[in-house]
Amino acid sequence: MRLTQLLSDSPRNAILIGLCFLVLLILPWLHLLPETSSFHLSAYWITLIGKIMALAMVALALDLVWGYAGILSLGHGLYFALGGYAFGMYLTRETAGTGLPDFMRFLSWTELPWYWAGTQHFWWAMALVVLVPGLVAFIFGYFAFRSKIKGVYFSIITQAMTYAAALLFFRNETGFGGNNGFTGFTTLLGYDITASSTRAVLCFTTALALLLSYLGLRYLMSQPYGRVLGAIRDSENRLQYLGYRTLWYKLSAWVLSAVIAGIAGALYVPQVGIINPGEINPVNSIEMAVWVAAGGRGSLIGAIVGAGTINVIKTYFTVAYPEFWLLILGGLFVVVTIFLPNGIIGVLDRFKKEKE
Amino acid sequence: MSHYPSYYKSDAPANYFNKTFIIALLSLLLLIAITSAAHAHETPVVHSHERDEAVSTNTMAATSNAVSEETLLAQNKQSVTTSADLAISKGDAIEQFVAADFTKRQTMLNQWPGSVESLDTLVELIKNDELYQGNGGQTYLLNSEDELFTYPAKQLTTEWPSDLAQVTLTNTLRSALVFGQAKVKLESNDPTQRLQAVAILADNIEQLDPALISTAATNEQDDDVKTALSTLQARIDFRDGDVTTQIAALTVLADSDSPQVLVDVKKALAADDIDPVLKSALLDAEDSIEQRITISTWIGHLFTGLSTASILLLAALGLAITFGLLGVINMAHGELIMIGAYATYMVQNLFQAYFPSMTGWYLVAAIPVAFLVSAIIGMIIERIIIRPLYGRELETLLATFGVSLILMQLVRMIFGAQNVEVSNVDWLSGAYQVSSSLVLPFNRIAIIGFTIIILMLLVYLLNKTRFGLFVRAVTQNRQMARAVGISSARIDMLAFGLGSGLAGLAGCALAQVGNVGPDLGQTYIIDAFLVVVVGGVGQVWGAVLASLGLGVSGTVLEIGIGAVMAKIVLLVLVILFIQKRPQGLFALKGRFVD
Repeated sequence: MRLTQLLSDSPRNAILIGLCFLVLLILPWLHLLPETSSFHLSAYWITLIGKIMALAMVALALDLVWGYAGILSLGHGLYFALGGYAFGMYLTRETAGTGLPDFMRFLSWTELPWYWAGTQHFWWAMALVVLVPGLVAFIFGYFAFRSKIKGVYFSIITQAMTYAAALLFFRNETGFGGNNGFTGFTTLLGYDITASSTRAVLCFTTALALLLSYLGLRYLMSQPYGRVLGAIRDSENRLQYLGYRTLWYKLSAWVLSAVIAGIAGALYVPQVGIINPGEINPVNSIEMAVWVAAGGRGSLIGAIVGAGTINVIKTYFTVAYPEFWLLILGGLFVVVTIFLPNGIIGVLDRFKKEKE
Repeated sequence: MSHYPSYYKSDAPANYFNKTFIIALLSLLLLIAITSAAHAHETPVVHSHERDEAVSTNTMAATSNAVSEETLLAQNKQSVTTSADLAISKGDAIEQFVAADFTKRQTMLNQWPGSVESLDTLVELIKNDELYQGNGGQTYLLNSEDELFTYPAKQLTTEWPSDLAQVTLTNTLRSALVFGQAKVKLESNDPTQRLQAVAILADNIEQLDPALISTAATNEQDDDVKTALSTLQARIDFRDGDVTTQIAALTVLADSDSPQVLVDVKKALAADDIDPVLKSALLDAEDSIEQRITISTWIGHLFTGLSTASILLLAALGLAITFGLLGVINMAHGELIMIGAYATYMVQNLFQAYFPSMTGWYLVAAIPVAFLVSAIIGMIIERIIIRPLYGRELETLLATFGVSLILMQLVRMIFGAQNVEVSNVDWLSGAYQVSSSLVLPFNRIAIIGFTIIILMLLVYLLNKTRFGLFVRAVTQNRQMARAVGISSARIDMLAFGLGSGLAGLAGCALAQVGNVGPDLGQTYIIDAFLVVVVGGVGQVWGAVLASLGLGVSGTVLEIGIGAVMAKIVLLVLVILFIQKRPQGLFALKGRFVD
């Protein structure tokens, strides 16, 4: 399979998409230019770009399960946050040095809880970033898919699960910093976390991760596996009549999606410098679904476009007209679902077809 | 739910259900008006400290209380003025008390010259550190914001007297006050007041004069007060008497369910070398009292669970209808509840502004207003947003979530992001004291009653009226219903309006027990969804059972492991339950395969 094919179905779009990713891969390094240079990218922008790319990864992950397998998750914020917390544990340990993290000392704890074991090692933290969301998704998904919970029911259950997790993380005695979560990170692998070079590397890594997950998922979806997922979305029963064990297809897509979301969370945390239970708030997870719907379900690039567009709008409005942001977001939910069933990508496709 | 053939039997005119709908609504109002009117007459006067207890028994009311500190203050001021008026007519006892010296104060407390209310006010003022004495012996009131008022005129003063002394009580005066209060109340004509007096005396059993109690017991006519007095008598005998008296007293005490008595008994048991007969009597009494306390505590828990369940049910009923009929998950349902609560708030303000004499009755007017406002907004939402998305349930979920964000933000912009204040109406504040360890707050009782009435009306509406018939027909087989001439679009809209109106009623009721703010809907929506999911799509009885199960088990879990953990455990249990019954308790029977 040629790379252009992997980027997009039509060669012209492939070049466009390729260019966009190239820009995203180059942008971070502009931060290293001297501040006097007109190409210098400020810390604000590099953080913003990195953050939005991490969120775009979650959108990709959600598109995999919703757009392809037809499973709407209203709880992907949980996997995102689990990845973030797992990596946040490492960052917290690094900040705390040999002692206990500050929030534990405030609670006058004398030792780390067992699940913090080994989190001072970068590689174990990285493993947790993948393992924790993956495991949670596997257990939840196995029970949910096995009993054939579908559609709205599944969505509500994911929401309830996220809600339960949010309540849990809000507790101080859970050992994850309660309300405040983790913040005040200083170093990452010994490098100063606010240094320009660290920021640039982090942002670049996020861009790379986004590119790789996009390519990986596109490849996977072009394979028979992807076709089966699409068939599950369209008619799971008929597929079962044909002898497919849809449980394992759905479950694997679900776990993969959770893992990608977890990695996105891990990339997000060092860039914004905080992870707290607010990220697990059910509203956040529903917002993620809107990114995907706005961009266009079932086309991976659509998820990225949607997440990017809405977050740019959000960044602007939450600063310029904070009181109107919720109105606009709400309006987006309504307008996109009623008038743009195929999202922004769908509109573009329609224009193209009309031209032809 | 029902049987197909019955659809073909009815032949009433096509818009008959409109009339039924209105009649049902009116009868609902009437019923509520009647019950609330009846309730208002039964309500006994409850002393403020019992009210506090009642409030603290349920956390929700407690939070709403915390918010309305200002009202409490306002109420306080009000009560001060009214009782001051009373007191003036008797030569203002409070003012005399402040001006008096120690001996005079003691005498005054023993022989209170004023009314019961003025004594209560004095106690309240001293407890709140509000009572001050100026250098010339004048009385002043200092509120928590450090504003000084003259007493009894209640004028704000800017000239502070040079040496302002707080009026406090020494221990001697304090016990004098206790007995003074009890004596005044023991002689009251109102049995409730006398019962309170006995409670006050029981709290201060150490300094009690046995003669006072025995005299009171012989003169007492009211049964409840007599029982309370004889228990108190038995407690005194038990404390002071010899072994025989103690054993005799224990036979009375064994019937008590008071924690105080249990403490006495336990203390006696802890003593060295007890008489064996006494010991066995003590052990029996301990068992019996403990058992009684356990029973009444559990009845209390069950009651709290029931009221939680009815709140859940109120929030979920409308959702169950919209979900059942249209297959629509209405994420804006929580915001419709919130709108109902805000409608209640508006009606309250209107009453305060235009009918101040009838503010206590605003709730009755708020019920239909909340229903209609939410119903109309719901119908607009159905027309504009849900109709184009019919059959695409996941999209409806997202679109209605958008609506919920918009509604929430609009409310925030109109009313502000802070909680607004919906005061408890007089006839719903206070509590019914069943026994010394079981107190049932009126607003909780009212919510349970309200839910039952709504439920009955809804079941009637769905099962016995033409509108209900059409709703059921559309729910069970849309195509067939349309084929026999039912306008399914119209039914969709009306049923959605009904569901939304029920949300409004829920909001109206919830405004009485919790906070009213822009986030109100978010608080209840997930629980409401869980009820619908557990109960089964569109099943009214499923929703009833599910909310009972979730409400009661949630309350019971809360006792053991705290509110947050209880919620988490409950959510996990629901997820596990869904494993066993993916379609909920009652599944709609159908043969649909995609």
